[in-house]
Amino acid sequence: MSTVHSKIAAFESSAQRTDLPAFRVGDTVAVHYRIVEGDKLRTQVFRGTVIKRHRAGARSTFTVRKTSFNVGVERIFLLHSPRIEKIEVVSRGVVRKGRLFYLRNLTGKAARIKDVKDI
Amino acid sequence: MNQHPGVIGKKLGMTQVFTADGTVIPCTVIESHAVVVGKRTAEKHGYDALIVGLGERSDKHTNKALAGAYKKAGVSPKRTLRELRCTAEFAAAYEPGQKLALEGVFQEGQFVDVQGITKGRGFTGVMKRWGFRGGGSSHGAHEYKRHGGSIGTNMTPGRVMLGRKMPGHYGSEKTSVLNQRIVKLLPEEGLIFVRGGIPGSKNALVFVKGAIKKRGGKS
Repeated sequence: MSTVHSKIAAFESSAQRTDLPAFRVGDTVAVHYRIVEGDKLRTQVFRGTVIKRHRAGARSTFTVRKTSFNVGVERIFLLHSPRIEKIEVVSRGVVRKGRLFYLRNLTGKAARIKDVKDI
Repeated sequence: MNQHPGVIGKKLGMTQVFTADGTVIPCTVIESHAVVVGKRTAEKHGYDALIVGLGERSDKHTNKALAGAYKKAGVSPKRTLRELRCTAEFAAAYEPGQKLALEGVFQEGQFVDVQGITKGRGFTGVMKRWGFRGGGSSHGAHEYKRHGGSIGTNMTPGRVMLGRKMPGHYGSEKTSVLNQRIVKLLPEEGLIFVRGGIPGSKNALVFVKGAIKKRGGKS
């Protein structure tokens, strides 16, 4: 296991964003993502369930999964990317695992996640 | 010979940097707190160079000859000592005892060449060392999966041709990566962020110099 040098870690901690809300695996989030189309800038919202968080300082990522027209779509976002305008936490889910890859094999009602409010 | 301004440094590892528009640039971080220990001049030695030291060495591990040289330069004993070939004009700006400050050598966005010693891989087979395909792994093949195959013909010429690629020692060789951009420069911390990977392990000694194929790489 290699370790990150303390000076790199210090740089990375300064390069992180602090304006993002806390969210966990299982939460439903809406990611407002800036997209450049030609010379126009617009914001696209990607709404789905967080199925993975890769916690690695400034290099952290998270994966959001949604089902769009019966096709599963997954998108990996760089957590500290300036292209993320904001992250909205739509609902908090209750899950027992850190990686929700099992959702890929489930559809419809089975692919639901219990909400924190229902317990 | 690359005589563009440069420094010696230590490879710390890799990270990534976001640009303003959100593009991610993978970077290698190099730390350099190089100090000028001495000089080579064309009149006295036949060429111009700066003798540059990096890191600290205890007095106990410094031999008397070197200790005298460090004392003359007015610096503490250094862990590594290297000659950095440069132009006479560049060398004239520095005196022994002076720091080789990064802001005086590089600028952000500049192209540099990075030289280092690649990671040693020991005695290595032809697939890893030369990229051979190896043998088939099915259709009844056995004991031939990572072999290199034939090494030549029979009677003519009756010997293996010179330079035949075979297994052997791989790595631990001096390698340069050319035309890498300096993404970020933090002179106070002594950190250089160079785009992409560079040869060598972490904590390895590297030479960073202005890009020879871009006339020093400065815009």
